[in-house]
Amino acid sequence: MLKTFSIGGVHPQENKLSAHQPIVAADVPAKAIILLGQHIGAPAKPIVAKGDMVKVGTKIADANGFVSAAIHSSVSGKIAKIDSVIDASGYAKPAIFIDVEGDEWEESIDRDTTLIKECSLSSEEIVKKIADAGIVGLGGACFPTQVKLCPPPSFTAECLIINAVECEPYLTADHQLMLERAEEIMVGVSILMKAIKVNKAFIGIENNKPDAIELMTKVASTYAGISVVPLKVKYPQGGEKQLIDAIIARQVPSGALPIATGAVVQNVGTAFAVYEAVQKNKPLLERVITVTGKSLQKPSNFMARIGTPMSQLIDACGGLPEDTGKIIGGGPMMGKALVNTDVPTAKGSSGILIMNKKEAKRGEERNCIRCSKCVSVCPMGLEPFLLGALAENKDFERMEKERIMDCIECGSCQFTCPAYRPLLDYCRLGKSKVGAMIRARQAK
Amino acid sequence: MNLILIAVISLGAIALISAAILFVASKKFAVYEDPRIAKVGEVLPQANCGGCGYPGCSAFADACVKAETLEGKYCPVGGQSVMGQVASILGMDAEASDPMVAVVRCNGSCEHRPRLNTYDGPMSCAIAASLYGGETGCSYGCLGCGDCVEACQFDAIHMNPETGLPEVDEDKCTACNACVKACPKSIIELRAKGKKSRRVYVSCVNKDKGALTRKACDVGCIGCSKCVKACPYEAITVTSNLAYIDYNKCKSCRKCVEVCPQSTIIEVNFPPRKPKQEAVETAPVAEA
Repeated sequence: MLKTFSIGGVHPQENKLSAHQPIVAADVPAKAIILLGQHIGAPAKPIVAKGDMVKVGTKIADANGFVSAAIHSSVSGKIAKIDSVIDASGYAKPAIFIDVEGDEWEESIDRDTTLIKECSLSSEEIVKKIADAGIVGLGGACFPTQVKLCPPPSFTAECLIINAVECEPYLTADHQLMLERAEEIMVGVSILMKAIKVNKAFIGIENNKPDAIELMTKVASTYAGISVVPLKVKYPQGGEKQLIDAIIARQVPSGALPIATGAVVQNVGTAFAVYEAVQKNKPLLERVITVTGKSLQKPSNFMARIGTPMSQLIDACGGLPEDTGKIIGGGPMMGKALVNTDVPTAKGSSGILIMNKKEAKRGEERNCIRCSKCVSVCPMGLEPFLLGALAENKDFERMEKERIMDCIECGSCQFTCPAYRPLLDYCRLGKSKVGAMIRARQAK
Repeated sequence: MNLILIAVISLGAIALISAAILFVASKKFAVYEDPRIAKVGEVLPQANCGGCGYPGCSAFADACVKAETLEGKYCPVGGQSVMGQVASILGMDAEASDPMVAVVRCNGSCEHRPRLNTYDGPMSCAIAASLYGGETGCSYGCLGCGDCVEACQFDAIHMNPETGLPEVDEDKCTACNACVKACPKSIIELRAKGKKSRRVYVSCVNKDKGALTRKACDVGCIGCSKCVKACPYEAITVTSNLAYIDYNKCKSCRKCVEVCPQSTIIEVNFPPRKPKQEAVETAPVAEA
């Protein structure tokens, strides 16, 4: 019996169209737009001005506070302006615009591809290097990595869990990265283990990637303390709390941090970025992005510079198909529809999914028939039908009691609802309202 | 015969004793309620809208009776006349208060503000606002799902299908504040109705820089401050690229309307302007 998390979950069609497409380096854009808020927490503070020349890897913005991350230029050229830009959500956000000239890298970055296994740095030095490189969780939440590596003093880390689940349908970025850079990832994992001072690491991979499991297991056998755990295919296994449950069978208590279980979870992409930052001095300036869709000519995996316009990546896959219904940033389950394709990629962009009109259409909403499918699939043990009704009736006090803040917005309830009720939309509304209520109460 | 007599007497006795107990109890445990509360309650509109800030009309009546003065107490639905009646019942002076009306500060109709994407989620502004910036390039403007219409108890606000924007029926609007609270973008504001219902306001809440605003909407405020300079009463301020007219200082001279390059400032219920402009425009035509 393969391991998996204990409650709820769904199994959407996998549609991994771009699987086994080699990672291609995307063209350097002519103009890069680098958002200042690419992570959870305060947006970074720009340290360059209009007209400054930057190289690839030059730090252009500093972390602004404890939960924040530095940002580096992904291109070389001249700072055109620091202005606001309409981002993927339709809101104007501050960003640094760079006109690209050539492709000159900072001298400190080691661009040689030879593997460097040894790392003699201490735990503190590693964390500092990671913070300097502006690394954030590359699974999608973009939580600054250095913060996660320094848990509050009342907790101690017992093991490291590497999230290589990639449970979102369509996305193949992590899968392909594992097939191509297994050794580098393992070194990255050992560095992370050293940073949090643990001697055990588990790499969770879903069973629909047998080649990755085989390769990673083989490579892991030469590293001490790292083991690969094949997992049963089930969404949302890539959720931090679900993955901890699946691998070490411990549940994160309601309202507590995942570190309460003694586990620190990092994405496999983050492990690779850590390797590059610590061993090669390369800050986080590019990442693997899957561009996919049923009507797309050539679904692909790109290594794209951060700040590349999404339209450029779509064009590299054969352009936007005629029957496009929706363009989604991220996977189909948790991704968000984009308002336009000129938006730049950010540290958290794991994929661009182009849905055709038929796929994109929502079913017509009907009344709840009390089938309780949503209750049985909710991985957090909530009652989405009830939360939906409460949000509709604006009873946010009751929503708080029904633990709306535990919702991880995985969308399993909405996916499974036979009456096409917009349960996730209601839950998101409830979370934002209840969150505001809690903040107002704490401010008093 | 005898049986009937016993029944009548015994039941009668029980009734008398019970009546005596009830009489004593009602005297002993009587709770004094100010009769004026009921009187005030009668003149209130009983809409229970909460516009006064109290949970319903009876709570407002209770608060009025217990208060020393009527300062700060105002029933927006009943208006000045009802507050006058309340004041006469309580023998106090009603506070003079200008009648207010809900004003929708967005003019981004389909014509002025092109739609860039289509929203297909649930028809609720609150949900749309929690998901993304909206169908147009303006992330401040009206989302058009009609949460304000749903919130109104007085049938005073409706969506205009042609413009996609809500419109307030001034005669029905009681300024109860329900639509203001319902709007997730804080577009609706209560403003003084003005003399003869004539008023001037900035019909925009966009705080983006001028260039971004202009790109998104033909009639958005670009924060150029021309109106600030034109205003002889210092009623207009521009903060974060957005002009705002203080209705307490505004004398409705309409100079700002004339200078606004984006036609963002709107005048309502004024008679049509006849002088200068038309004359200037038509004169060259006549000459030609």
